[in-house]
Amino acid sequence: MVPASQSAERRSILALLSGHGLDGLTLLVVPALLLVLGLFIYPFAYGLWLSLTPKAGGILANYATFFSDPFLYETIAKTLWLSLPVTLLNLVMAVPIALRVRLMRRQRLLTTILVIPITLGTVLVAEGMITYFGPQGWFNRVLLWLHLTSGPVKLTYNYWGVFLSLLITGFPFTFLLTLSYLSGVEAALEQAAATLGAGSWQRFRHVLFPLILPGLAITFCLSFVQAFSVFPSAVLLGAPAGPTRVISIAAYQAAFEQFDYSLASAIAIIMAVIQLGIVVAVLAARTLIYRGPAGGGKG
Amino acid sequence: MIRDTTWGAKLWPAAVWAVIGFFVVNLLALIATVIVSSFGRRWLGTWLPAEWTTRWYVSAWNEFQLADILVVTFQVVGLVVLISGLIGVPAAYALARRNFPGKKLVMILFLLPLLVPPITFGIPLATVLYRAELAGSLSGVVLANLVPTVPFVILVMIPFIEQIDERIEQAARVFGASTLQLFVHVLLPLLLPGILAALLLVLVRTIAMFELTFLTAGPTSQTLVVSLYYAVFASGVRAVQSIDAMAVIYMVTSLIWLLIALRFVNPTQIVARAKQTPRA
Repeated sequence: MVPASQSAERRSILALLSGHGLDGLTLLVVPALLLVLGLFIYPFAYGLWLSLTPKAGGILANYATFFSDPFLYETIAKTLWLSLPVTLLNLVMAVPIALRVRLMRRQRLLTTILVIPITLGTVLVAEGMITYFGPQGWFNRVLLWLHLTSGPVKLTYNYWGVFLSLLITGFPFTFLLTLSYLSGVEAALEQAAATLGAGSWQRFRHVLFPLILPGLAITFCLSFVQAFSVFPSAVLLGAPAGPTRVISIAAYQAAFEQFDYSLASAIAIIMAVIQLGIVVAVLAARTLIYRGPAGGGKG
Repeated sequence: MIRDTTWGAKLWPAAVWAVIGFFVVNLLALIATVIVSSFGRRWLGTWLPAEWTTRWYVSAWNEFQLADILVVTFQVVGLVVLISGLIGVPAAYALARRNFPGKKLVMILFLLPLLVPPITFGIPLATVLYRAELAGSLSGVVLANLVPTVPFVILVMIPFIEQIDERIEQAARVFGASTLQLFVHVLLPLLLPGILAALLLVLVRTIAMFELTFLTAGPTSQTLVVSLYYAVFASGVRAVQSIDAMAVIYMVTSLIWLLIALRFVNPTQIVARAKQTPRA
């Protein structure tokens, strides 16, 4: 039996903890937390440690190998050369289209069609593109039929194949994110600007754009990170030995073809650092350009 | 609505609609290409195949052992949906109802697996799972797939739970409901639409999850999308139409669930996690 004073002490500790929001109910977070710690944080930590214990050489030997072998370090430039233009193009297309679609009353059909490529995923899009954009595919047939080109345009098994696949799966993603940010902007703000005589460009430039800029910065980051980690379409639709040998291919080959998990971990860490670097740069630039309330509400 | 009457203001929408139209037409034609090709006996150098057949479905079914692959796919997806619901919903409930020190850090921890792309964390994760001798089996694939889906369920469910008035639960307590009764008779009916939406989205995402399954699956634990990748990767070995037939089967499996999911959620929710509460 527990002595009375001890159980009272126990109760007071529990009361103190529940005062801070820690009680039996809070413990429901624990399984989910353990899962993320065990299968996300721990592998990254383990990967970092593994990358610093190479098969041969000092602790930084893997990183030295990566940055001295052009076959490896050039993958960074190749991946950026694909992902940055595609992300910018997606964003530049998404903003005016979202501005227009926002005014539509029946958006559902369009958003449903656009969500299809995201649902199907890059593997299926790549599979379909091989035939559709191929020399005998409908796209080239229409171009020839309209006499827009003299011969079939090569759009598969090269840079443009991967570029197009990133456009097809990336644009809907960017667009739907932009649309959700735009529909959060209070319509009365734009109407007020129109009442004061602002034209459509002025309304966009001085009212809407500053309001959605924080959202656009986040959209850019999310779309870029997705495009930077392109993998299946770069293999299936690109030239995986040449211009579309992206960094994820290098990491995959190190791990599952050369079984050098140490080097593969180093490449994965380099990938994560570049993604993080660009995200931090964009978010830092955002605070330099615009300071003030980010929401578009009545406040 | 604001009306502009200048010429530019009239041409601009036309240009925007032309771009949307071009995108949508190409997207639908791309999907149609796969379907048409899977039903064509031979398709070379013409607008449409000369003869139609369904035999590619029979050959794809046998060549790729699609029966086995579909069983594995549904096992993986079913387990992932079930486990992420069982772990994610209670965690979301705790995070919606309690404020505790370090809650912000916990939220960031749950956000990270959704922001970092699967291929980036998939390689260290697969390494760990191979060391633990879990990769290559069904359990390894399920574990890897849980990493993004549990946080996804949590982040979808938190705003949903927050909007349920806590006084309803307190009222049930006042009338003497036990925790189990409270959960079964009060919370579950209220949360069901949210749980259903979150789990359907998990289902759609897991069917299409290529990277994590690809990195952790062995020969007997491949899902449909990974088998499709290998089939396209080794194209030339099999007839194109056979691969297309498999792609159609994959499309049907994932789009059926998308259609069901869209009865409960807005398409924008598939990309944007938190539901935007419309301002009055």
